[in-house]
Amino acid sequence: MENKKIETGFSSDAKKEPRRVVFVTKKTSAKVVGDRGPQLMTYPHLLLREAIVFEIMVIAMVVIALFWDAPLEQLANPLLTPNPAKAPWYFLGLQELLHFFPPFVAGILIPTLVVLALVVIPYFNVNVEGEPLWTRRPGRNLRTVLITTIALLAFLAFFDAWTILVPTAIVASILIFSYTARQQANGWQSALAAKPLSWWIMTWFIAVSICLTVVGTFFRGPGWSWIWPWRTHVG
Amino acid sequence: MKQIMATSVTTLLATLRETKVWKSIFRRGPANSNRTRSIAVFGNLFLHWMPVKVREKALHVRASYYLGSISLFLFLVLSVTGILLMFYYHPAAPNAYRDMKDLQFVVSNGVFLRNLHRLAAHLMVFMVFAHMFHVFYRGGYKPPHEFNWVIGVLLLLVTLFLSYTGYLLPWDQLAFWAVTVGTNIISAMPIIGDKIKFLLLGGHIVGENALLRFYVLHVVILPLVAFVLIGIHFWRVQKDGGLTVKPRDSDGK
Repeated sequence: MENKKIETGFSSDAKKEPRRVVFVTKKTSAKVVGDRGPQLMTYPHLLLREAIVFEIMVIAMVVIALFWDAPLEQLANPLLTPNPAKAPWYFLGLQELLHFFPPFVAGILIPTLVVLALVVIPYFNVNVEGEPLWTRRPGRNLRTVLITTIALLAFLAFFDAWTILVPTAIVASILIFSYTARQQANGWQSALAAKPLSWWIMTWFIAVSICLTVVGTFFRGPGWSWIWPWRTHVG
Repeated sequence: MKQIMATSVTTLLATLRETKVWKSIFRRGPANSNRTRSIAVFGNLFLHWMPVKVREKALHVRASYYLGSISLFLFLVLSVTGILLMFYYHPAAPNAYRDMKDLQFVVSNGVFLRNLHRLAAHLMVFMVFAHMFHVFYRGGYKPPHEFNWVIGVLLLLVTLFLSYTGYLLPWDQLAFWAVTVGTNIISAMPIIGDKIKFLLLGGHIVGENALLRFYVLHVVILPLVAFVLIGIHFWRVQKDGGLTVKPRDSDGK
């Protein structure tokens, strides 16, 4: 069946259009690229676009840099601890985690696991194939999802980790909603139902990261207590 | 008048491109055929890692949003502004802080220079994250791009570490305590935590040794590592078959 699609040998104009001779097996099928579509010369088509992007970026940055001054506080003083002492914004998610979990878990274990999880993504077939979550055995998968979600939410509630619990609950509800939409033929609901497990895990990870970072940046005051960003506190 | 000028500029350029000198510099004549356009890419040291042809689909804005390119451009901006800042900086306490004040009040456009460097640094962290998430959602990690994804994760870590080491350099309260908070976490690592913290800080607290070590990491070691990894990263995009185009896109739907 599929063998008929493969064109072997070389086209008559090999100079103009070299073709690869391939055998498609189940093992290699993920690597086979179908029709690659029309191509354009890098020079000038790609380079011109890159140059335009670069120029827009530099102009925008220069304009912003003219008006937005980098902060400079008093000289570093080891004897005068500000409250709260905050890390750079991209680590404030971790600092927010530290508020809920012991330093080893929040500062070492979770970041290490996250980096490892990111590294191994392409080496798991489940991620590469990206099969929709509700294609095969939807009932069993739903049960697994429900049990995992409830266990996770209970765990987070036990540690009072509300800033993780809320985005987790939101993503989980959308996930469970997508189960009900799996029969739909088209529309955004069916697109949602066609998402694979890896998509859901990454979306959950991003949602939690954004929530933690935003809360850590704008909503945490002295002693890491909750504070509204529009109420300036005296440190 | 405008048209005459435009025509004369075009003619002038065309004449220039035919000259011996132009050809000796660019190793080719005018890029008026696909052959010379190819040479323009692979015959140029700074472009030779790029493919000569790209898929039309890969040029669509939504194929990449140029997030990877923007990350590279920010790295270049950071290199240039960073080298300029090095002319005015002493990695010692409290001289480092005085240099910040000099940038503010003595050096021409010193504040602007520092603003630009800081803005580019924060943007780069943001863009590298955005690039990673976008590549994930496009399935760009799938074979044969697996290892380039891993290099990308390493580049994310290097970017974070670059930004973090630079955070200490102004030697103000903000810098000092942000780095103190961060390095305190390292000691939570079992057994080797304190040793690694000592190695990084050159002492038990964030002091002058830490400032020097962070400086060397920030301006020499990490940029070199980043440079090499970026080189491999871009080179492998081409070697692994170009930018990932979703099957849906190549079907033309």
